[in-house]
Amino acid sequence: MDATVRFRLFKDYLFKLMVVLFACIMLVPLLLILFYIVKNGIAVINWEFLTSLPKPMGELGGGIANAIVGTTMLIIVASVIAVPVGIAAGIYLSENRVGRLPGAVRLCMEILQGVPSIVIGIIAYIWIVISMGTFSALSGGAALAIMMLPVIVRATEETLKLIPENLREASLALGVPYSRTVLKVIMPAGITGILTGILLGVARIAGETAPLLFTAFGSPFMNLNIFKPVDSLPLLVFNYATSPYPEWHAMAWGASFVLVVFVLGINFFAKVIAKKWKVRF
Amino acid sequence: MESPVLKIDSFCAFFSENQVLQNVNMEVRHNKVTALMGPSGCGKTTLLRCVNRMHELVPDATVSGSMHLHDDDLYKMNPIMVRKKIGMVFQRPNPFPTMSIYDNVIAGYKLNGIRISRTERDRIVEESLRGSALWDEVKDRLHKKGTFLSGGQQQRLCIARALAMKPDILLMDEPTSALDPKATAHIEKLITELKDSVTILLVTHNIAQAGRVSDYTAFLYLGDLVEFGTTDKLFTVPDDKRTEEYLSGKFG
Ligand SMILES: Nc1ncnc2c1ncn2[C@@H]1O[C@H](COP(=O)(O)OP(=O)(O)O)[C@@H](O)[C@H]1O
Ligand SMILES: [Mg+2]
Repeated sequence: MDATVRFRLFKDYLFKLMVVLFACIMLVPLLLILFYIVKNGIAVINWEFLTSLPKPMGELGGGIANAIVGTTMLIIVASVIAVPVGIAAGIYLSENRVGRLPGAVRLCMEILQGVPSIVIGIIAYIWIVISMGTFSALSGGAALAIMMLPVIVRATEETLKLIPENLREASLALGVPYSRTVLKVIMPAGITGILTGILLGVARIAGETAPLLFTAFGSPFMNLNIFKPVDSLPLLVFNYATSPYPEWHAMAWGASFVLVVFVLGINFFAKVIAKKWKVRF
Repeated sequence: MESPVLKIDSFCAFFSENQVLQNVNMEVRHNKVTALMGPSGCGKTTLLRCVNRMHELVPDATVSGSMHLHDDDLYKMNPIMVRKKIGMVFQRPNPFPTMSIYDNVIAGYKLNGIRISRTERDRIVEESLRGSALWDEVKDRLHKKGTFLSGGQQQRLCIARALAMKPDILLMDEPTSALDPKATAHIEKLITELKDSVTILLVTHNIAQAGRVSDYTAFLYLGDLVEFGTTDKLFTVPDDKRTEEYLSGKFG
């Protein structure tokens, strides 16, 4: 083997090595984040931390139950608003690929996805908080719904677009009306994709802080009323981490840990669903 | 002679400006197999899809002329009613992927919200699967997904699904073109058995298949119905020069 060939092979080898190396570097930030959160957060996690309310400054103990309940409420409110609207819009877009209105809706979704979350928070503040005269879970959920919407619309549209045309024809040829064909044949065939989209939407909003600053606002009390302010995990992390007290810093790490476990869990669950319920055509 | 099940008169079909069927006149007789043959692109699928009003689902697609199912004008009926009375089997098997074999067969009732008793449902499923010669192969796994069957079995499942609706006519658009020779032979045999009880309009671009299974044959060429008659006559002493050339393999 002459030298030039050997040199080329060497370059080839080097190239492969670099690609693998950069791929590994990509893993570093995530692993570091997980490492820090687990290291600092796991120590404070216990039953009391998960189930009790924060104690006043100076007293030991206390937990983040208010934020866990608040985040759950915000996710439910956001989903109740965004899921039906998002699925309907996704169906519309997949059924109407060309035209002015579909084009406009698609463009809106893209722009919406790029709007900074703090701006969405301000909009929800102006529309809901000011007009209702109070911070509330409803306004926070509405802001999060706007953030969730593009994810669900996109997932629904992309999923339904991939459903073979001959399924629709099979249904129509049996005399099934269009609406039933969409709801009972096309939607079920795409249900895994739609569910995955919803879960990814939930994962996306679960960690949002900015849109909640002046909508859900935060609250140290247990509150189940959607017309009152609620706390959320990211808000609590923000407030505690920026405080001067080491005990609160520890609680912020604990809350981060809970949040990260929740988001990773959702992502994992989405993957399982996509695999388990995959529809074979 | 008894009156035809389907009568097509001066029928033309268009995709926007593009006319793909010119003045088609033919009829389909009770419990016979009528084959539509012709080279690719001559308008066979279009004609078939005009019968169950699927043609109009394409934007800007229009028709002129008339079609009668017995005495009813198909183009004065609601398309949904038309499609309940006229079954269709497609080129590629298309069972519903989320449904079991059982649910696929009964899908025409389920999706339309037609309520029937459980025993009635069981009876229709068995009868339809027997009708499509699939019963013995699937009777032990009726609640498995239909998409796990082989291609030929899936196509027979689709035939069962259409038969379950007790259609006045069964339209079949090249039902064997996506299947291997063995499955094709099976479906052809099924078609000849089915005509005791069902009226079939079969599209094929396979001359031999038309010869084997049909009683009447229509030859379509470039959107014209060149010749229509009994299969025996059309295959032995065709009237038109083009039919003769097509049968001898000069084109198509
Ligand atoms: N959806 C459509 N839009 C426009 N033209 C079409 C469409 N489908 C078919 N055609 C045209 O109509 C003609 C007949 O097609 P088709 O009925 O599918 O022929 P065949 O089934 O005999 O092969 C062809 O020239 C084809 O290009
Ligand atoms: Mg065709």
